Amino acid sequence: MKEKVEAALDKVRPALMADGGNVELVEVKDGVVKVKLTGACGGCPMSQLTLKMGIERHLKKEVPEVKRSSRFKLTAGVPKRDMRKVYLDHIAATPLDPEVLEAMLPFFREKFGNPQSLHSAGQEALEALEEARSRVARLIGAEDSEVHFTASGSEANNFALKGMAMARRDKGNHLVLSAIEHQSVLHSAKSLEKSGFSSTLVPVDRHGLIDPEAVQKAIRKETVLVSVILASSEVGTVEPVADIARVCRAAGVPLHTDAVAAVGNISVDVKTLGVDALSLAADQFYGPKGSGALFVRKGVRILPIIDGGIQEAGRRAGTENVPGIVGMGKAAEIARARLSERQERMKALRDRLIERLPQRVDRVYLTGHPDRRLPHQASFCVEFIEGEAMLLNLDMKGIAVSSGSACTSRALKASHVLLAMGIDHALAQGSLVFSLVDSTTAEDIDYLLDVFPPVVDRLRNMSPLYTKFLEETQK
Amino acid sequence: MIYTDKVMDHFQNPRNVGVLKDADGTGKVGNPVCGDMMTFYIKVKDNRLEDIKFQTFGCGAAIAVSSIVSELAMGKTLEEAMKISNEIVAEELGGLPKNKLHCSNLGADALHAAIEDYRKKQAPKKMEAPPEAEKCFCPYCDGPVEGLESACTACDVDLEECPHCGNLTKKGEEKCVKCGADLEP
Repeated sequence: MKEKVEAALDKVRPALMADGGNVELVEVKDGVVKVKLTGACGGCPMSQLTLKMGIERHLKKEVPEVKRSSRFKLTAGVPKRDMRKVYLDHIAATPLDPEVLEAMLPFFREKFGNPQSLHSAGQEALEALEEARSRVARLIGAEDSEVHFTASGSEANNFALKGMAMARRDKGNHLVLSAIEHQSVLHSAKSLEKSGFSSTLVPVDRHGLIDPEAVQKAIRKETVLVSVILASSEVGTVEPVADIARVCRAAGVPLHTDAVAAVGNISVDVKTLGVDALSLAADQFYGPKGSGALFVRKGVRILPIIDGGIQEAGRRAGTENVPGIVGMGKAAEIARARLSERQERMKALRDRLIERLPQRVDRVYLTGHPDRRLPHQASFCVEFIEGEAMLLNLDMKGIAVSSGSACTSRALKASHVLLAMGIDHALAQGSLVFSLVDSTTAEDIDYLLDVFPPVVDRLRNMSPLYTKFLEETQK
Repeated sequence: MIYTDKVMDHFQNPRNVGVLKDADGTGKVGNPVCGDMMTFYIKVKDNRLEDIKFQTFGCGAAIAVSSIVSELAMGKTLEEAMKISNEIVAEELGGLPKNKLHCSNLGADALHAAIEDYRKKQAPKKMEAPPEAEKCFCPYCDGPVEGLESACTACDVDLEECPHCGNLTKKGEEKCVKCGADLEP
């Protein structure tokens, strides 16, 4: 019977293939045929009809034993093997550079020693650890001893906020942050509130820029720390951190900057910026996940948040993640060497997207600053529809994007960053962030530009907000 | 994938999308603050739902929910349709992610609102029910979220798992909001 069904399916196959689809036989059991529509058919809204009216009818005619056919599994939503894959979610994670992986591998295998051990296996690991520290330090213009490895950018932010605030607890209990900080900064401040701290959120303008003067006004005599983001991954705006640092220095308050989205992608120098602490993470510049660092300027006091042994100069206990740290070091070295070339390439592709997307779809708005922005980031709000629905539709076309920070992708509220910029709730729900990686090509951008308008149309056609808009404009 | 195949199917091929210009009843729920809005239009003949159309602004779950509600209710009597609950809808879809259970699972509410609207038009003197349109629910604690506050503001406090039913509940609450069991202080 299976052969008969196969033969019958072979007859319909040319018709399906003409439309770029195909059908696969999954199983035949008790007269029930299970098939799987693949290729263009899998994602086609008419697939149910194709199956019922076309394939089922045909099978019943050719093979009388067939009771019914059924689609085995919706292949839609699962990217097909032959589909173009375009990864535009740098802000969630960059791919690991193969050179970085090569550098890491020996430290998973033969070079497994603990850097704190006095024997040669340990010393070999220690050497690699310190080499990585130098490479990271050179990337941001710091001294080696000012770099402290952590397990993520979030940990670096927690360390800076909690460690520096608690170290200056006797001097006061007030923090100044911007309204568009990452969750790891905002929630650290919230957690400090339980120890008697309070914080002031400095607003941003409609481009997401922080005004240094507003920071100055927010500083009080009991302020012990200011923390501002160097560049927001969600809206791409690069903040005037050097100006904010001058304000803080004049007030005698240390400044931390969350530079996780920036380091490795734009030139970051702790001396030029004039900051006292700076967070970074390897997974934003083609290094491994689970590898972050906090720069703390020499002489700046900070208390550990992980107590234990003498690792990281006693400031961050725990056996070092040697492979991850080595990977971060290698990624830092590569980032430093390729920075300007990378920036130029990214910027050209980003601008292609920023310029052309609003030409293809109306009522799409760029979020963040038009010029002062990360070279690999282009974020938009699309009116009348919601971000996740767009994201899922793009994923079906093989395009990976984000509708905000990965850390909030499962929360339902609109992004606090967009709301802080004065974007209203409905529009903020339509947020999409495209962020480019090394392998992104102009063809990838053009593919996105072709795929995007029908996705928007489809969702707008089922949106009550769009219907309302059309009715109002027709009046 | 965060969604079941059935959710993805309804999200991709939503049934009964559209507007009924001469609808006998219209129901709207949600608002952009929650991230999801649904409008249901119904045509009623001999106490049965003769036609249903919907429009949805929202995530994948919200679109799939609207679609399956329209499918489930089509041809049913009004009484039968009123029995379709959000729980049944989630079950029919093979489950929804926990954080989507409330904000996005409003399809049955929108349908019921459309039926109420129809009934009100039939008996115009009936007492008006309080509007549900501006109400959101916190995805974690089930509590209503008022006005323009974001959906989870009510939960900007510590959450802990109820040891009895496993649902998230606010720290310091005396009773679990889900199963009603007493919680240790």
